[in-house]
Amino acid sequence: MAQTKVNNGVNVDALLAAREALKGAPQAAKFNWKATCKWQNGTHSKTEVQEFFGLGQDQKHKTTYSFDADHPEIFASEDNGATPVEFVLVGLASCLTAGVAAVAQNRGIQLRSVEAKLEGSMDIQGILGIDSDVRNGYDDIKVTFVIDADASKKDIEALVAQSQKRSAVYDIITNPTNVSVTVA
Amino acid sequence: MPEHVTTVVIGAGHTGLAVSRGLGARAIDHVVLERGEVANSWRRERWDSLRLLTPNWQSRLPGYSYDGADPDGYMTVPEVIAFIARFAEVASAPIRTQTSVTSVTRVDDHGYLVTTTNGEFRCRCVVLATGACNVPSVPAVRQALPSTIASFTPFDYRNPDQLPDGGVLVVGASATGVQLADEIRRSGRRVILSVGEHVRLPRLYRGRDVLWWMSSSGVWNQRYDEIDDLQRARKLPSPQLVGSRERSTLDLNALQAVGVELVGRLSMIRDGRALFSGGLKNAFALADLKMERLLDTFDAWAQSNPQAAGDVLASERFDPTRPPEKSRLDLNLANGEIQSVVWATGFHPDYRWLQVPVLDHKGNLQHDGGIVTDAPGMYAIGLPVLRRRKSTFIHGAEDDAREIVEHLAGYLAGRLAQTL
Repeated sequence: MAQTKVNNGVNVDALLAAREALKGAPQAAKFNWKATCKWQNGTHSKTEVQEFFGLGQDQKHKTTYSFDADHPEIFASEDNGATPVEFVLVGLASCLTAGVAAVAQNRGIQLRSVEAKLEGSMDIQGILGIDSDVRNGYDDIKVTFVIDADASKKDIEALVAQSQKRSAVYDIITNPTNVSVTVA
Repeated sequence: MPEHVTTVVIGAGHTGLAVSRGLGARAIDHVVLERGEVANSWRRERWDSLRLLTPNWQSRLPGYSYDGADPDGYMTVPEVIAFIARFAEVASAPIRTQTSVTSVTRVDDHGYLVTTTNGEFRCRCVVLATGACNVPSVPAVRQALPSTIASFTPFDYRNPDQLPDGGVLVVGASATGVQLADEIRRSGRRVILSVGEHVRLPRLYRGRDVLWWMSSSGVWNQRYDEIDDLQRARKLPSPQLVGSRERSTLDLNALQAVGVELVGRLSMIRDGRALFSGGLKNAFALADLKMERLLDTFDAWAQSNPQAAGDVLASERFDPTRPPEKSRLDLNLANGEIQSVVWATGFHPDYRWLQVPVLDHKGNLQHDGGIVTDAPGMYAIGLPVLRRRKSTFIHGAEDDAREIVEHLAGYLAGRLAQTL
């Protein structure tokens, strides 16, 4: 398993220990991720994340992270931040990349560099209500990894495949999720 | 008054009979309880065209093997029934047929009480030889299936004629799913196959049956305690194989070539639409890579064991699984495009009668290579990767039964329970 000389900065032993511990305590594995969003002006909003729940109790990031979202100027917006759909790409890219590092560590593969390019194609006739046959969201997302590592091409492909298999965001995007939106 | 017997074996399929033969050889008195007849599930719970995945020469039980004229063929269901029934005779197994077990309880530190529709048995040891496939596993999304769509499991599917006219959604791409998708498609119906994680294998590799390679190279003999992720190995779907006269490969490329449409894993049925995962390409990539690694293992073995490898052909590689030109993410279940769903989504054991606390929170039997945890004198056989990767194949019962009987005999002799 994990070879000590490989170091991708991932503590795989701790992750594997957590996996073993949670096998006997499935309740502790129930997490709740949270975000709060405040409208600023126009299409500009600010979303913060800090608190979450897991391992049976409230948890906190060591600081509050803040994200400005807006639309670009060609949508007659002020472009105070990335568009919400770009945040989806951010989530997917960072989730898959974290997975690549973790799986590589577990398989004893030393990474030198990992870069991912993401492209999501979308027909905005959907969101503009021009054509009801066109969906609002992405119709296709392409992720291209360029990875420099001490491993064969096949091993790198297996790394990327395994990362998708274990990725939460990949699952969220490729499978439907129940969403309930209410007004308090 | 319960009948006293040293060991009760539950199930007169090939595993229970293999254990019985071992017990008989050691003069351990026992009965084999069978809810129906010998090889009951083969008589009642199999579709018409099914053949074994293993070639005939591999069909082997303790002191008994195939001796017919077609060693490279694959047995039909009637042939399997005859094969097992003949073994029961050869082994002179003390079988009580038409005897369903209704409960097994722990009596005291020294044994169990087995209650049946045909009397009670007091015993020191129980061997659960009821297998892994008692109940078809159907995902909860079935509840949302519109009532206009007919629903089949591999237990009630017999042949395509039984299905209503119109298209068919087959869910699951293990051996069962690919075989049913293929025969239903060949019956002239439109078939959509929902594909999740799967195990791809060619039927023949370098001129030999791929299961010859599994066996010869030692992969199948890998022991449960040598496997990194045993839990995962035990949950692997059966490989995409079919036993046919043509010895042809039945992978997803072959299915696409006959016009089966592939979609991703079924994730949800909502508003009368089936929704499929968009992760199909990664399911292909995982299976292709895994197959390549296995073939690499075979090649390496053949290279270092030229004697054993014999006259195998040159190394070969297969085309990657072809992604469909457009893979749809949903299917309208109300517009008549499909009229039935076949759930080829696996099976699970039925332990409702087992009133001894040996199951985990997910209902899985807790055991160490077939030695049931915290239940001295209780054993299991015929479960996935019970003691070896080959445990669920017919000939896999040979080694497993021998070792389990050895442990059981040791237990009876009062020796300390030891890991085999």
